[in-house]
Amino acid sequence: MVKHTKPKGFYDEFLRKAPEGGPAAGTTHYCPGCGHGTVHKLIAEAIEDMNIGDRTIFLSPVGCSVFAYYYMDAGNIQCAHGRAPAVGTGVIRTRDDAIVISYQGDGDLAAIGTAEIVHAANRGENMAVFFVNNAIYGMTGGQLAPTSLLGQTTATTPFGRLQEREGGPIHMAEVIDALDGPVFVERTTLSNAAGVMKTRKAVRQALSNQVERRGFSFVEILSPCPVGWKMTPVQSRVWMKEEMEKNFEVKKFRDRDHVTRSSGRMNLMDDDALLELLLPAEGKEAVSTAKLEEELRVKICGFGGQGVLSAGTLLANAAIVDGLEATWLPSYGPEMRGGTANASVVISSLPVGSPVIARPTALLAMNGPSLDSFEDDVVSGGLIIVNSSLVKQKVKRDDVKVIYAPVSAMASEAGFIKGANIVMLALYLLNAEAPSLDGLKSVIPRLIKKKELVDVNLKLIDRAEEFNKG
Amino acid sequence: MGVIVAENHVEVNADLCKSCRVCVETCPKHCLEIGSGINALGYQAVRFDSEECTACGMCFYVCPEPGVLTVIKGADK
Repeated sequence: MVKHTKPKGFYDEFLRKAPEGGPAAGTTHYCPGCGHGTVHKLIAEAIEDMNIGDRTIFLSPVGCSVFAYYYMDAGNIQCAHGRAPAVGTGVIRTRDDAIVISYQGDGDLAAIGTAEIVHAANRGENMAVFFVNNAIYGMTGGQLAPTSLLGQTTATTPFGRLQEREGGPIHMAEVIDALDGPVFVERTTLSNAAGVMKTRKAVRQALSNQVERRGFSFVEILSPCPVGWKMTPVQSRVWMKEEMEKNFEVKKFRDRDHVTRSSGRMNLMDDDALLELLLPAEGKEAVSTAKLEEELRVKICGFGGQGVLSAGTLLANAAIVDGLEATWLPSYGPEMRGGTANASVVISSLPVGSPVIARPTALLAMNGPSLDSFEDDVVSGGLIIVNSSLVKQKVKRDDVKVIYAPVSAMASEAGFIKGANIVMLALYLLNAEAPSLDGLKSVIPRLIKKKELVDVNLKLIDRAEEFNKG
Repeated sequence: MGVIVAENHVEVNADLCKSCRVCVETCPKHCLEIGSGINALGYQAVRFDSEECTACGMCFYVCPEPGVLTVIKGADK
């Protein structure tokens, strides 16, 4: 009876080397004696034995194993260099049933991908990471890797790696073991048959951790690169034993009994829950179903801290409450206060094509520089409302409607100078086709985070109405 | 190839072997050796020639190629 043969976790034919099939369609693209094929085999065997092929997502890295998707009969994603753990995070958080395997080499995981692996491990994402460490950049021609040994000659360290010049080899299993998130961390070696069998066990442990949803599992596998090391396959295994394993301790660092953890996936809301979240106030229906002939493009500008962006969200939400479509696009500098800021709000009866505004139909200028910057952009026949408390200059154009309103002073008189944006917004709504002022009033209790400020904001709307009447 | 015999043995798909010799070095019973023929990939494939095989599977696991070796366990004698 057949005891060991090509595992079913592999495709029947490998079309990388032989796109047309034929005898060569059974061979990998790996060099003679390479460790990748062995690791692939151990994973494929485990996938078959555990019967998880249909729900395994195998993440291929960049490096020699970039073509792993030609071999593994699973869901395959080829990831940007070093980003496999980030991709895996996305997969596991959207597919509860997925078994995520991140297969990475040392250039991928320990150089360009250090941020992704460290943080995925720290979060304890449900994934099995197989880190194939061959202490060299194999694919690109044998350059120094983060894991190259001190003294090791490579294409870029012809006189050997020097601590003072290139730093020492990074011991990734130890790095991962320093974090609290992972449940299983082990380093194994492919230098001999016993090591291969221990690797086999570790691979299966890491995958069964995934089936049982026990958390992040990391297996670092010391692996030969005979071509990169300029050795025969047999010599390379001797070198691993004599040099590599002295530097990279082969051991099980961690195997925690761990409770089954959730996937970290957020519960999807049903339509009712979503509606409840987005409605302006509990139980409130849309105030009106206004129809607009043409879209409104409102630019609200001022200093950071004047509530420009908040005014934008209030306006957009008021429009949505009125049954309209709306977008809100903020633009601001790095300063939270005192920089310049503007919000673009597009309101339409139809879905909004672009949230970017080149020609506003209305400009709400909270300060002087804003008026200077955007006055010329307003469409002919448009509306400009000027905060005359701060803006001393007059609008130069005569083809637009202009309202000068001391909104800062009005807010200040009401004892709440930060409410100038609400006064400005209310004045706009009183002079615009849509949305309705009632829409704004209904969103304020939901969107103003400090509840004690709700009343004063509503009062400011009344003041704006008085001002508008003249 | 494909002949079913009662004894433990290893079937070699010689077309796929890259002649790395790792199985030759690994086999505790020295059942495998590099043959003299050259396959389509340009390598001298490994060949099985022994009656000592225990079907332990070591050659299968250390072999870097997925499809070269198949280990057959014979019927109990």
